[in-house]
Amino acid sequence: MVSRLIPVREAILAGAILVLLALVASRFAGFVAPANLANVFNDTAPLIILALGQMVVILTRCIDLSVAANLALTGMTVAMINVAMPGLPIPVIIAVAIALGAVMGAINGLLVWKLSIPPIVVTLGTMTIFRGTIFLISDGKWVNAHEMSAAFTGFPRAAFLGLPVLSWAAIATILVFGVMMARTPLGRSIFAVGGNPHAAVYAGIDVGRTQFLAFVISGALAGLTGYLWVARYAVAYVDIAGGFELEVVAACVIGGISIAGGIGSVGGAVLGAIFLGVVKNALPVVDISPFWQLAISGSAILIAVAFNARAGKARGRIILKSTVAPT
Amino acid sequence: MSDSTLQARPETRHVPDRLNSRAFRTLRSWESLLLAVAIAIFIVNSFASPYFLNVWNLSDATFNFTEKAMIAFAMALLIISGEIDLSVASIIALASTAMGLAVQYGAGTPELVVIGLAVGLLCGAFNAVFVTIMGLPSIVVTIGTMSLFRGISYIILGDDAFRGYPASFAWFGQGYIYWVFTVEMLFFVIIALAFGVLLHKTNFGRAVYAIGNNPTGAMFSGIRVQKVKFILFLLTGLMSGAAAVFLTSRLGSTRPSIATGMELEVVTMVVLGGVNILGGSGSIPGVVIAAFVMGLVTFGLGLLNVPGIVMSIFIGLLLIGVIALPRLWTMAANRRRG
Repeated sequence: MVSRLIPVREAILAGAILVLLALVASRFAGFVAPANLANVFNDTAPLIILALGQMVVILTRCIDLSVAANLALTGMTVAMINVAMPGLPIPVIIAVAIALGAVMGAINGLLVWKLSIPPIVVTLGTMTIFRGTIFLISDGKWVNAHEMSAAFTGFPRAAFLGLPVLSWAAIATILVFGVMMARTPLGRSIFAVGGNPHAAVYAGIDVGRTQFLAFVISGALAGLTGYLWVARYAVAYVDIAGGFELEVVAACVIGGISIAGGIGSVGGAVLGAIFLGVVKNALPVVDISPFWQLAISGSAILIAVAFNARAGKARGRIILKSTVAPT
Repeated sequence: MSDSTLQARPETRHVPDRLNSRAFRTLRSWESLLLAVAIAIFIVNSFASPYFLNVWNLSDATFNFTEKAMIAFAMALLIISGEIDLSVASIIALASTAMGLAVQYGAGTPELVVIGLAVGLLCGAFNAVFVTIMGLPSIVVTIGTMSLFRGISYIILGDDAFRGYPASFAWFGQGYIYWVFTVEMLFFVIIALAFGVLLHKTNFGRAVYAIGNNPTGAMFSGIRVQKVKFILFLLTGLMSGAAAVFLTSRLGSTRPSIATGMELEVVTMVVLGGVNILGGSGSIPGVVIAAFVMGLVTFGLGLLNVPGIVMSIFIGLLLIGVIALPRLWTMAANRRRG
């Protein structure tokens, strides 16, 4: 039942993206040129990576509002490491970024798992703590392009088979998640925990541990994105990616990930992110002020969540009728 | 023997702790613990900075929490009923923008107040429709409206600002009733009393607790759950509108980034006040004391030249610590009992 619903939702979303592209193309044909579409994808890559991490967290009935702050703190840390040790090879920097992000995710996860504090409270709190920590370590100063090494800033933009490394990072994440969610015990237990925690326990799945791992995954991806973000824009300061966590949650909700957990797909999260990315890049082209972006993603969340609830409700009723009818 | 097994059972079954008389007692003493913390902070502050014990400084310090506390009272009821509203800061932005817009068309002070409150009510109703009529989770809905409401402010204002509020409008955020007592303080007291009576002395308040503890049970006992929740969202919107009036009046200008992140401080205040984030328990006196604690902490740190963003670390730690410590305590106690 669920697997039959999801492709429909993804098809609708993909259709909406195509309609959007067609509308923009009717006024500005250059927007749909392959090179520009590749640019749009590259611009959306950080959102795609974070949305996949957020998807895993939301599937287990949690939410991670600290991703943007995690990204910013990791980005600032690796930028400062780069300034202090310009010779450090990029793979080491990336490993540090992922590890640091994972540690911050683990903090969220431990508080949710071991103390069973509601995830929204934990991540609202860590969001401000991480942001404040950036100020503490950087003293409020910026790390600018000329202080970073050429290898540090060059890596995400380096072209490989016609696409920048940043785009490839997103593609790799999509592939890894596609396999993980469908083919590994962890992926299946993430769905099980969100779908029905009690049943998951009886199936031998540790619910709290799975939620913890989801937070670690989300944190690690935020760490990776932190490096890519800072290197791509070649600047690090306290407020980078401010409020980006809302866009990430929006991408998931638009992509059909049910906030109640258990329902969602890799394709949905990616399409949700691409939808927001296309809107963001199309606004200046069709001459609408970028200040519309926030209101549009807010409306998109509301429309998507209302739409998802309709689909979910219909399904619930059918199950009730067929199984609980005798009473 | 049979008695002890009966008593041991509820804990292993995770029956909500409010049925447990011991938890009830801890809850009741939460306010007194908080009060002790407030007094301790007051004493530490008066030693830490020579400028602290000055009535005018203390009077200024109340601005740190009066506006937030107004929203926190309504939010407390909302959280007790098992819902949450993360859009309150964005409602402030939208209400303030609407007032600024009205000024451009020559609105006077009374009109501005009405507009601020009305926009707050409308935003609350908007949230309420999605949550109570369409049955959507309030966290997602208000994350959405958090973007939407502030987004509308950005559409109207861009990177501009509204100024030129009438001189008489300044009374709300800058006026004094008597000596050091500000207008905001007066409204803070009135609103605190109103919400205290509403929650603790009326049928409506009992219904709020009942819904938070067991929405289905409340429905079967004849409470119109969705109607009560609708009213709570309206109240939260209205209080956000009121906060917008005071904040705008105090700042004298409106930018779309006004009150960014305030929803976090409001939620922290409510949770610090002893309201169970999962719903079902909490009190207005607790929130009042929590407001003072947060006001004193931020004011004291401000006097010590601690930047605002570092203070937000304290608020984040406070939010998590306040929930984590009692749980750690219970875990340790359970372990000791075996």
